[in-house]
Amino acid sequence: MSEQGTNPHPGMNLGYDGGEKAAEVTIFGFWTFLMSDLVTFGLVFAVFGTMTGATAGGPGPEEVTDLRSIAIQTALLLGSSFAFSWASLSMKYHGGRLHMLGFLALAATSALGFLIFELIDLLHLVEIGAVPQRSGYLSALWALVCLHGLHVAGGLLWMGGMTLQILLFGLTDQIKSRVTRMGLYWHFLDIVWVGIFSMVYLAGVA
Amino acid sequence: MFDALFGRLTWDDLKPLELLHSQSINTLVGAGAALAAVIAAIAVVVLLTVTRRWTWLFKEWLTSVDHKKIGIMYIVLGFVMMARGIFEGVAMRTHQATAYQGGVLSAEHWAELFSTHGTIMIFFVAMPFITGFMNYLIPLQIGARDMAFPVLNLISLALTATGAALLMISLVIGKFETGGWTAYPPFTGADFDPGPGPDYWVWAIVISGFGSMFSGLNFAVTIYKMRAPGMKYLRMPVFTWTALCTSILLVFALPPLTIAGLMQALDRYLDFHFFTNDLGGNMMNYANLFWMFGHPEVYILILPAYGIFSELTTTFAAKPLYGYTSLVIATMSIAVVSFCVWLHHFFTMGQSPSINAAFGIATAVIAIPTGVKVYVWMATLWGGRIRFTTPMVYMVGFFILFTIGGFSGIILANPAINWQVHNTQFIVAHFHNVLLPGLIFGIFAGIHIWFPKAFGFRLHETAGKITACLWIVGFCMTFLPLYVVGLLGYPRRSAAYDDPAFIPYMIVTMLGAFVLLSAFVGLIATLWISIRKRDELAVPLGDPWDGRTLEWATPSPPPHWNFAVIPHISSRDAFVREKSEGKPYVLPEEYVDIHMPSNTWAGIVVLVTTTALGFALTWWIWWLAILSFVVLFLWFAADSFREHRGEIIPASTVRTAHQAWIEAVELSEPITRDDEDTPANRGYAKTDIVIAS
Repeated sequence: MSEQGTNPHPGMNLGYDGGEKAAEVTIFGFWTFLMSDLVTFGLVFAVFGTMTGATAGGPGPEEVTDLRSIAIQTALLLGSSFAFSWASLSMKYHGGRLHMLGFLALAATSALGFLIFELIDLLHLVEIGAVPQRSGYLSALWALVCLHGLHVAGGLLWMGGMTLQILLFGLTDQIKSRVTRMGLYWHFLDIVWVGIFSMVYLAGVA
Repeated sequence: MFDALFGRLTWDDLKPLELLHSQSINTLVGAGAALAAVIAAIAVVVLLTVTRRWTWLFKEWLTSVDHKKIGIMYIVLGFVMMARGIFEGVAMRTHQATAYQGGVLSAEHWAELFSTHGTIMIFFVAMPFITGFMNYLIPLQIGARDMAFPVLNLISLALTATGAALLMISLVIGKFETGGWTAYPPFTGADFDPGPGPDYWVWAIVISGFGSMFSGLNFAVTIYKMRAPGMKYLRMPVFTWTALCTSILLVFALPPLTIAGLMQALDRYLDFHFFTNDLGGNMMNYANLFWMFGHPEVYILILPAYGIFSELTTTFAAKPLYGYTSLVIATMSIAVVSFCVWLHHFFTMGQSPSINAAFGIATAVIAIPTGVKVYVWMATLWGGRIRFTTPMVYMVGFFILFTIGGFSGIILANPAINWQVHNTQFIVAHFHNVLLPGLIFGIFAGIHIWFPKAFGFRLHETAGKITACLWIVGFCMTFLPLYVVGLLGYPRRSAAYDDPAFIPYMIVTMLGAFVLLSAFVGLIATLWISIRKRDELAVPLGDPWDGRTLEWATPSPPPHWNFAVIPHISSRDAFVREKSEGKPYVLPEEYVDIHMPSNTWAGIVVLVTTTALGFALTWWIWWLAILSFVVLFLWFAADSFREHRGEIIPASTVRTAHQAWIEAVELSEPITRDDEDTPANRGYAKTDIVIAS
């Protein structure tokens, strides 16, 4: 039986011992979770959409958007996703665990940069009085941006844990499955960011 | 210092102590209930200690990831909460009978009662019941050994139990919110109700909501990926189909609830303005989010009950289901359309007439697939060889009463009529009319059918039938009069009324509530009698009703691993086909080792930490909130570094158990369906069902 025909996750190199079967169930489960998470984000987007006009005389989109910083954040987060895909490719082509961890470290550093820039932005918002307590618009903005930011922060913790596990246990089937799921999560957050970038910031100042 | 340690918790929040200050009926009911809950909890602890059952409880149940045991624990949780819900119902109906210009309870207490009653009955009775059934049945019906994610399954149970625990704690410490089970802000916002009531609601709902979402995910993945070889989608038992649709609904419908709850929490704790009256807040967002969950939720609850009624008709009519494919399509249609009707819960809240019309039409449309189902069941019974067992009694009650409830729903789907009767007792009558005869009757019928599977003995038929009749009569007396008083203009949720015309109806309703209470006692009595007579009711061979699906092809109770060998499926109603072809109970050529997941403390850890977290957030005990969250996080982080080998059940053990069962079957006499309620029924059915083709 050909590997391409029956192995739904050839990128993981799980071999022929039936490991893919278990991996398939887990990864399908994770896709289902992401669907649910996407609904969550979608609803927060919808709430934000209804509240764009609810500034109650407080700061509006022009005051809260610093496009230069947003551009840097976008570059950093997309770069992080790109680096992660190199880590996945390294795993697929047996690049060795240090090779792979190098790309993972790059992805993590880039995402950390994203979070730092986001934090600076948020601190700036506090300075100019654009706190979530000010208006419905700002409540929705903070909730949406922070929900995404917390997801990224959680992903970074996950990466830290996985790095430790790769160093301790090597690239076992179990670890490979986890890395694959982490990748799905990471690219998913990228897509959500594209939504935030265009719907919250670009559309806000357009 | 004291504040840092206990947050805003004070001695005055201990409700049983209220009895020291006041001995009015109002305090007696509230503080008495709190006291009863505390005494019941102590009694359970004492009983477990005296009978030395603690180790057994932890080893066999609380740390087990066996889907069958988790399912049973869900149902037990449902019954415990139902006891409270029913007593609350009786208290409320008694109050209403006396509510002409007054009433025995204070308005505040009354509002708390209808809020906890609704929250408990939906989230901690109905949800655990259906989740329990799906847990128990899905792997058995699709020929799997366990769920796709057994540990996650236990975690879901723990999260649900946390919600229930918070509800029970709110009975004793502090108070619950007074805004109904929907908890609409701004009434439940920080300005009008600083707490702790709405906070209890938020954390009970959010935490248990995660559990339900994970359950849905788990069931969906199990059904998609773990079916036995040959079980194509259109060979799945109907219950599994309804479970699949419910699971999909759970995955997509729970996020709106979680979001609504968390935004409400942000409003309350951090002074955000999602749903407040000022600074751009908009409570319509809450109404939309809540009902985007709330309406699919109705179908989350009812679909598995439809599944049970489908299995019931085909089994007790000894006929294949008429219109299997129609039923599957109807189920899927309901699942899809259920996301397009949420607005009918607030027709009066200011949308344009065209939007109301669109949702009104969608609401009426959803009655069509439901009607298809009713016809499918009727056609299945038609010409069947029906045995009038207890589940059939529930089925009869369901048929008539649920149809009435459905018709009242179609009436309400018309925005113009809805405008007239919204927020009256008519609505209360309607949703009790679909949930009680629909969902609850289905669950009780299901318990009569599958109890012998789970415990190895049948439930006593006569006691069961009397109880079923009590439920039917009690329902009619309690809720049908509410249609009338609703049309007469009695607003729901009002603590008192001025129109003496309501009094006779409310007295009938109160008597009905007592009949329902006696029906609940009847359930306990049925269980008690059945346990006493368990020897003559025993059906260890596993097939007491001439069953059709795979779960009946196992001994009762089924072994931990469910199936000695994974069956290969060649048609619908797999077990009936085996029986009709005369080759059930065959010994396989070889047995192999079975790999099963091992017990875990994950459930206990989640239960303890999330209960502490919810309690701490409710009472602003910040150190405890942080501590419990950190412990929860660290435990799972550390656990991911452990290797989970699971346990191997050697082929020899499987062989011994399986051969002993087959031998017992061969040594006993098969009985016909006519004798199935006699002691001769040991669970070996003599079938005369012929399958064409």
